[in-house]
Amino acid sequence: MESVQEKIIIVENLTKQFGDFTAVKGISFDVHKGEIFGFLGANGAGKTTAMKMLIGISHPTSGQANVAGFDVQNQSEEVKRNIGYMSQKFSMYDDLTVEENITFFGGIYGLSRKQIKIKTNQLIEELQLGNIAKTKVGDLPLGWKQKLAFSVALLHEPKIVFLDEPTGGVDPITRRQFWELIYAEAHKGTTIFVTTHYMDEAEYCNRVSIMVDGVIEALDTPKKLKEQFQVNSMNEVFLKLARNIE
Amino acid sequence: MKRFIGFIRKEFYHIFRDKRSLFILFGMPIAQILLFGFAITNEINNVEIAILDYAKDSESQKIIQKIKASPYFHIENEIFSDKAIESEFKKGKVKAVLLFEKDFAKKLQTERKATVQVITDATEPNVANTISNYTQSIIQNYQNQKNTVQKSNGVVIQSRMLYNPELKSVFNFVPGVMTVILMLVSAMMTSISITREKELGTMEILLVSPLKPFQVILGKVFPYVFLSIINAIVIVSMGYFIFGMPINGSIFLLAFESILFIITALSLGILISTVSNTQQTAMMISLMGLMLPVIILSGFIFPIASMPLPMQVISNIIPAKWFIIIVKSIMLKGVGLEYIFKETLILLGMTLLFIGLSIKKYKTRLE
Repeated sequence: MESVQEKIIIVENLTKQFGDFTAVKGISFDVHKGEIFGFLGANGAGKTTAMKMLIGISHPTSGQANVAGFDVQNQSEEVKRNIGYMSQKFSMYDDLTVEENITFFGGIYGLSRKQIKIKTNQLIEELQLGNIAKTKVGDLPLGWKQKLAFSVALLHEPKIVFLDEPTGGVDPITRRQFWELIYAEAHKGTTIFVTTHYMDEAEYCNRVSIMVDGVIEALDTPKKLKEQFQVNSMNEVFLKLARNIE
Repeated sequence: MKRFIGFIRKEFYHIFRDKRSLFILFGMPIAQILLFGFAITNEINNVEIAILDYAKDSESQKIIQKIKASPYFHIENEIFSDKAIESEFKKGKVKAVLLFEKDFAKKLQTERKATVQVITDATEPNVANTISNYTQSIIQNYQNQKNTVQKSNGVVIQSRMLYNPELKSVFNFVPGVMTVILMLVSAMMTSISITREKELGTMEILLVSPLKPFQVILGKVFPYVFLSIINAIVIVSMGYFIFGMPINGSIFLLAFESILFIITALSLGILISTVSNTQQTAMMISLMGLMLPVIILSGFIFPIASMPLPMQVISNIIPAKWFIIIVKSIMLKGVGLEYIFKETLILLGMTLLFIGLSIKKYKTRLE
């Protein structure tokens, strides 16, 4: 597992300042190809800001980041073509049907009509959603919507998919099912970059980083982190880290 | 291009599946034109008046006949004393009293001067004003005829109302309603539809996609350009076919200017969407910041020339003011571009300014 791995995200000294406030203070880390990378931190720790720089919708104040082989600052178009993104707000159109949503999102990533058709059938079959192609997304239960949003983020077969608190506000069973989807996708070789504040979810990741006040305080496999802090759960790791800072 | 078409198709789904947008887009223009065209009018028709004729001679009868013959007045009754005037007004039916002094014809003959008094009920100032103007012009007309017959000297006033001889108020309302509707559809609807994507979080998804930000905005705006053009056509056609509003100038020029104004309003809508994060805010800014000034300060309802100076100055920054001038000039006066060049340039300048500000706002958000 810890042998030499291909790096798909390389971050060096990435910094983001808003006026006098430094949200991200020169963080550096790598993400390996095909792993599930957990990006943890309390609210306001800077994880969303850091992630926005990686997906090219916010410019770094200084430092560098290379995502899927492209520089986020100068090659943001190429970066965008190679990544998928699903945000904490549920991100499909409620007033469009499942089919129309898939067609639309497939379309903006430049998929052909034929590809979209194949993908639509495949997706509905895989998710075992039955006969809902013509149902408006707004009429679906939240759990289904979330699975759909995840699949839509993967339509164009990105190398990396960024998930920004994907399981916010969902019941534990649906969360569990959602993580099964994530595992299946990682198995296909897609790199998963996920932020969450559910510490039990951190246990499912291959490696996690914990951000506190704009700085990455810890980065390793959940197992090693627990050994390092001599605790039994990621939750305790997190609490210990937060307390030390205070 | 294919991506763009997909984007626009999606935008039309949003519009056609939302009953509220549909109503604003298609119900409002028609309702407003009909409302302004038929119900709200500055014209007077069949106003009830009373006559107090102390003279009862041939000349006073001539004037009364003229008044009777006009479609504006209906002589409700005749009264016989000064005291009756007030009680007539208090009853409320009669809006004006025409008073002829004693020996009207004789005075006119000997002194070349006689008095007709027009007394109006000014509880409704606009109506009173109009009545007074109309009666004056009827009497003026009588006097002019008399002067030509008698070949007398003196100043003869001949007034002609150009471009709208019948003073139809609909000629004023069609350009006004068109301006209000285009502003509403273009600025408010686009700002709401863009902020909706922000609120739902889909804007983020779009920005993370390979679509460039300007493509996203263009895709959002294009359907509204299209719908606004249809609206403009509907309004102008209704004015032309139902209310007989002429289109004396070039229809292409009118189309060009309308599209320019639509783009001005759209760029304002985009600017509003960059400063508001929720649909509610966008709507409030559009309604308070755009609709009210458009209605009050554009010259649509209240003449700009009679506003206090500060208001007149402010009216210059209202794009609607310039568009109303343009539309009236083209439709009624039939002028070419050379006469409305200044107004066109102002609209163009405003558009560029709004777009520039939006881009700047967007860039600072990225940084």
